Amino acid sequence: MLETLSRPKPVSVSAANGSAVSVTNLHIRFGADDSSFTALSDVSVEIPTGSLVTMLGPSGCGKSTLLRTVADLVHISDGSVSVHGQTPRKAREGRDFAFVFQEATLLPWRNVIDNVRLPLLVGKREAGATYADPEELIALVGLKGREKAMPHELSGGQRQRVAIARALVTRPRILLMDEPFGALDEITRDKLNEELLRLWQETGTTILFVTHSIPEAVFLGQHVLMLAAHPGRVKEFMKVDLPYPRSLAMRDTVEFIRVTAHLRTLLGEC
Amino acid sequence: MANALPSQAEGRALVDGNRFKMLDAVAAMALRHLPATLAILGCILLWQLVVWGFSVPTFMAPGPLDVIQAFGENAGVLWSNFLPTLMEAVLGFVFGNVVAVLLAVWFVYSPLAERAFYPIAVIVKSIPIIALAPILVLLVGNGIAPKIIIAGLICFFPTLVNMVQGLKSASPAMLDLMRILSASNSEIFWKVRLPSSLPFLFAALKIAATSSVMGAIVAEWIGSSYGLGALIIEATYNFRSPLLYATVVVAASLAVVLFFAVSFAESKIVRWKPTTDH
Repeated sequence: MLETLSRPKPVSVSAANGSAVSVTNLHIRFGADDSSFTALSDVSVEIPTGSLVTMLGPSGCGKSTLLRTVADLVHISDGSVSVHGQTPRKAREGRDFAFVFQEATLLPWRNVIDNVRLPLLVGKREAGATYADPEELIALVGLKGREKAMPHELSGGQRQRVAIARALVTRPRILLMDEPFGALDEITRDKLNEELLRLWQETGTTILFVTHSIPEAVFLGQHVLMLAAHPGRVKEFMKVDLPYPRSLAMRDTVEFIRVTAHLRTLLGEC
Repeated sequence: MANALPSQAEGRALVDGNRFKMLDAVAAMALRHLPATLAILGCILLWQLVVWGFSVPTFMAPGPLDVIQAFGENAGVLWSNFLPTLMEAVLGFVFGNVVAVLLAVWFVYSPLAERAFYPIAVIVKSIPIIALAPILVLLVGNGIAPKIIIAGLICFFPTLVNMVQGLKSASPAMLDLMRILSASNSEIFWKVRLPSSLPFLFAALKIAATSSVMGAIVAEWIGSSYGLGALIIEATYNFRSPLLYATVVVAASLAVVLFFAVSFAESKIVRWKPTTDH
């Protein structure tokens, strides 16, 4: 079932250092010179290929800005970002990454399958590139039989599942997720967290996941990137030493609570 | 239908089923609109009673029965004056809205054009239509052209304003999505901006449908020898009040029919609802 997804796209530019994303001395400033606002200051981090990194920090720490910079949505003021050895722009044009927003951002006039197909209909498509089968993806995110449903007929959680299927249809090597489950209720969020872990382990996609929930960051993350605010900078990049596969019950273990407590203390210092 | 075997009479059962469904729909609609229908009939009845009770002279205010009689007597005149007004209203509607939509697209892609020409659109809009009519007659003559232009002008402004807003209504996240997909400007226009503007467009078209009839009639008041507007003037000057009322009923019905035509088109084209993710 996962044949269309399990094999990542052939690596065109070899990532020599094993990093999917490497950020070096990145500065992001918004606005004109005198009234400029520094969103990120001297951020350097390496996201290993195939890893799941969650980004955590107080509001205003620039975690979304960092993610949007990788996605070529924000202009780099200084420093560099490389995505599999390419600039974010080249990576975007090569369909190297996909983005999942906090809102599902489905086109309300297209049904489920046509929304999933959207990336195959617009923009530059590489000749000979093989894409995933939209119907299989819809089944993969648990919406088999709802292909013809319109977005307003779906619940918030189902819409976000469609958004994930749409992100996966170009078989990106990196999935950038900006608080994708932030607007959902806790039960739906838990379920989608478990499914995202399963998806990650089955596909081997690198995932960068922004969240404002400490338990979510620890439950999902292989690594947690903690940012501090004013200006946005790296506070800590830590490995989460909890074994996969992880289940929701793990969140009640002593080890899990120890990690979340540590992060909570760090967050207090930010 | 009751004793028919499904295998033999499937087709007929289906037809009967459809017929029943249609009857049901008609009955449901009649029931839903019953209060409005009764209220309207009540008003007409009251009107007739007042006319009778106070012996109101016909030239001052004709009763509904006089108006119905006028319909019968002047059917030919009403019809031959209805057609030009219909044509002017429809052509004005098409012309005014097409120009408004094209201008809105230009404004959205060129902020400079918007800054330069939006104020002019507002100025043209603020000239009373009734004052514009003689000017247009002097400019383009007394034919059908000034009527179409006035009907078009009256449609133009609401559509321009709504269409500009509609084309700008696509959410920033949706535009980010299209950017990440490296979509071209024309792909963004056809796949995101235009569809998201349709509810705004139809809101304006529904206003335009009724006001285009008004524009055509007002234009016909200024030196025209045909059309419902000219008939209104003529009937008034000759104290043919029943004919005047009948003409007004025809004009109102035309506006209502155009309104429902646009509503019907909307229900066929905009089959989605905006989703809120929060």
